[in-house]
Amino acid sequence: MKTNPRNDAQPHAGSMPPDREAAASISIALAGSGGSGVMTAGNLLLDAAAKAGLYGLMVRTSGPQIRGGEAAALLRLARTQTESLDDGFDLLLAIDWQNINRFADEIPMRASGLLVGDSDEGEPPPVFLAGGARFVSLPLKKMAKAISGSWTNMVALGVSGALAGIPAEALEQALRASWKRTDAALQANLRALHAGIDAAAAIDGMPHICAGAAPSEKRWLLSGNEAAGFGALRGGVRFVAAYPITPATEMLEWMAPALTKVGGTLLQAEDELASINMIIGASFGGVPSLTATAGPGLALMTEGIGLAVSAEVPVVIVDVMRGGPSTGIPAKSEQSDLSFAVSGLHGDAPRLVLAPTSIADCAGTTQWAVMLAEALQAPAIVLSDQFMGQSRAIIDRPADPGFAANRLIAEADTPDFKRYRNTESGVSPMAIPGTPGIVYTADGLEKSEAGVPSSQARDHYTQLDKRERKLVLYDYGDRWADIEGEGDIAVITFGSVTDVAREALARLAEQGTKARLIALRLLAPALPDRLAQALDGVKRVLVVEQNHSAQLFRYLRAMHDLPGKPASFHRPGPLPMRPGELARAILEWRQR
Amino acid sequence: MNEAVTACAPLTAQNYKSGYKPIWCPGCGDYSVLSSITKALAALQLRPENVAVVSGIGCSSRIPAYTACYGFHGVHGRSLAAATGLKVARPDLTVLVASGDGDGYSIGGNHFLHACRRNVDLTYIVMDNHVYGMTKGQPSPTTEPDWDSKLSPGGTGVRSFHPLVLALAAGANFVARAFSGDPNGTADILAQAIRHPGFSFVEILSPCVTFRPEQKGWKEQVHPTPLEPTDDPGRAARRVMTDDGLNIGVLYTGDRTPYPLGPRGARGSIENMEAEFAL
Repeated sequence: MKTNPRNDAQPHAGSMPPDREAAASISIALAGSGGSGVMTAGNLLLDAAAKAGLYGLMVRTSGPQIRGGEAAALLRLARTQTESLDDGFDLLLAIDWQNINRFADEIPMRASGLLVGDSDEGEPPPVFLAGGARFVSLPLKKMAKAISGSWTNMVALGVSGALAGIPAEALEQALRASWKRTDAALQANLRALHAGIDAAAAIDGMPHICAGAAPSEKRWLLSGNEAAGFGALRGGVRFVAAYPITPATEMLEWMAPALTKVGGTLLQAEDELASINMIIGASFGGVPSLTATAGPGLALMTEGIGLAVSAEVPVVIVDVMRGGPSTGIPAKSEQSDLSFAVSGLHGDAPRLVLAPTSIADCAGTTQWAVMLAEALQAPAIVLSDQFMGQSRAIIDRPADPGFAANRLIAEADTPDFKRYRNTESGVSPMAIPGTPGIVYTADGLEKSEAGVPSSQARDHYTQLDKRERKLVLYDYGDRWADIEGEGDIAVITFGSVTDVAREALARLAEQGTKARLIALRLLAPALPDRLAQALDGVKRVLVVEQNHSAQLFRYLRAMHDLPGKPASFHRPGPLPMRPGELARAILEWRQR
Repeated sequence: MNEAVTACAPLTAQNYKSGYKPIWCPGCGDYSVLSSITKALAALQLRPENVAVVSGIGCSSRIPAYTACYGFHGVHGRSLAAATGLKVARPDLTVLVASGDGDGYSIGGNHFLHACRRNVDLTYIVMDNHVYGMTKGQPSPTTEPDWDSKLSPGGTGVRSFHPLVLALAAGANFVARAFSGDPNGTADILAQAIRHPGFSFVEILSPCVTFRPEQKGWKEQVHPTPLEPTDDPGRAARRVMTDDGLNIGVLYTGDRTPYPLGPRGARGSIENMEAEFAL
């Protein structure tokens, strides 16, 4: 977030702030066992916050069960845009306490925090109270039962919304807008909502957040997966082939109906080997094409991506990263596919690797990836991650960067046409099937400029140089990284950790520690000159990332001359990185 | 210019050849398959630039570059996937897929099943010689279990499988067996396969004279199928499971609707999609 919503890196003690409008953000967890409807309640709370003019973020978390099992909606509502969870939670409302211990690490309670549970469910597990949080019980289920046809989660929505300070009208509006059942059921649940709101009035000691300005038409509420799908379409993607995989599936489910509206197609492939080769086939046919997957699927696709490098067929592969290796932790975030993305192909295989820096940027960067892949006739891997892919956020409507697929196409009957002509830029006009006089065979074999398979040294050198040169010589403009702030130290990061780092640095700035933030959007090819410029005046660098082996740190050390003695702060998923944790790490590093 | 002057002369088989000299062993059945493909395309008078020939890896997969059509010589086993993407994205093109028994039935076996099931309008030509030729003589899924090789001394001991029955079970819309030694007959079968909507599967017995010299005898052994093609996949499957594996002709023609089933064409706009995100 651009400004610091909460000043305390450490949970603060004490009761309700004297100024009830002091909280610039508030963190709420809604938890319950399967079927309790906490995700629905969480989504409605976020919708209501949006209607009340607030920003916010909702992260979904659940056990390994597909249906049933424990689930929690983790929300942060704020007066400024945020895509980072805070260090602690102000409110944990649980419809039941079954298996909630699994969330003990994910839902750290502030000392001032409040737990609300059902009177019939007994006491919460001690771990949630250990830091000083208070417990209040309410007869949530009985309240719902007293209103025929209503649901407990709507009572919970009323309680949590009112405690957070969301106006009742906004909560009502959100409920009405989402309603798809009978009017009688709506009326019952509106009563349940108000029963919750009324019950919350008796509870004090919870920080409120005041409603923001009137909701702007220029705000969006969406997930990173939806944003990535939208960016792909806006960039010109009209063919998608993919195999279902957590946590990328929602992107595909969003794209399937959307593609048909613009004359495109989504095809569910039999596996990722098929999906990558399908999109290569479609793109060979001249149609901008994309697939989305996660680590295991990306691993299966590598041979195909190498084919796209060699045959110079543009394709975009969105990897919504999850915990690895192997099946790993499918529904949890980790930035651990970076090394694989930048170097995980056999042979010398230059490719584009990009990473969105926010949910909004999932749209812009995927759109950019489509444009770059098409312009450079190369595969582009977009490293999203589960955190931004599956979280929903209220964001300022991102401007359309205007990127569109624009492939260099050969004209019919071009004299002396050579598909892989060794041009100065490295990009050579591509013949599209259906065009007479310039037919050729695309091939994964090394080839001559004319496209004839060749094992000659000069052809191999020429084509290796050509494929590398086209990526290195291209002018990527200023979009290669987000560079913010001044200081003689710098934090370099990427992906969904960016907003965490931004908030950590904002907190440190208030304490007088200034630092530059460099969030890399273009990871491959590496741009040593650009990064050197961005680090001008910087004496020390800390590389921050969410994986176990410091993959970005190692990659940057290999590709760049970093100033001073570069240091790394890295830790794996599944727990999201928190701004307070990172702020402390930066301070420790600075004092080292 | 008037139409009479611009009207093209009929295309001949020669118009579909690229001029590159094929790299196959002398006597390889695939020469004749190439010839049959060009004859079939000439019979259908398809413009070469409107035809794409997609392949994987293996001796048979070299065919695309020997045609005057657009070619795609991809990675091992994935020709059907690439061809499926191409045809679905570019339904205006005629897409042929060239493969062999290793590329198509072993490493690409899963795609074979799903291509039959999906029923995209492709023509899948598998040159079956019961051996991996390019890697110099290893057993494939159609190799006899007792066939001796360096990699599997004394034979694999594993039964060969029946691609035509698999195709029928998986939903292929046209199933035929051809023999490379009869280029005109094969060309006729291929022309029927290309014309037939949906997924058409043509298995061509194409001898490997280098590693399976005994297959030279196929010329005397093959015979035309005695029956007309059926539209009953169960009946077709029973026939091909009980025949000698050497009867040649169209065995099955179905009438399944090809993929994609739904209407195509733009009915919305990007701006409308933005609206669903807006508050």
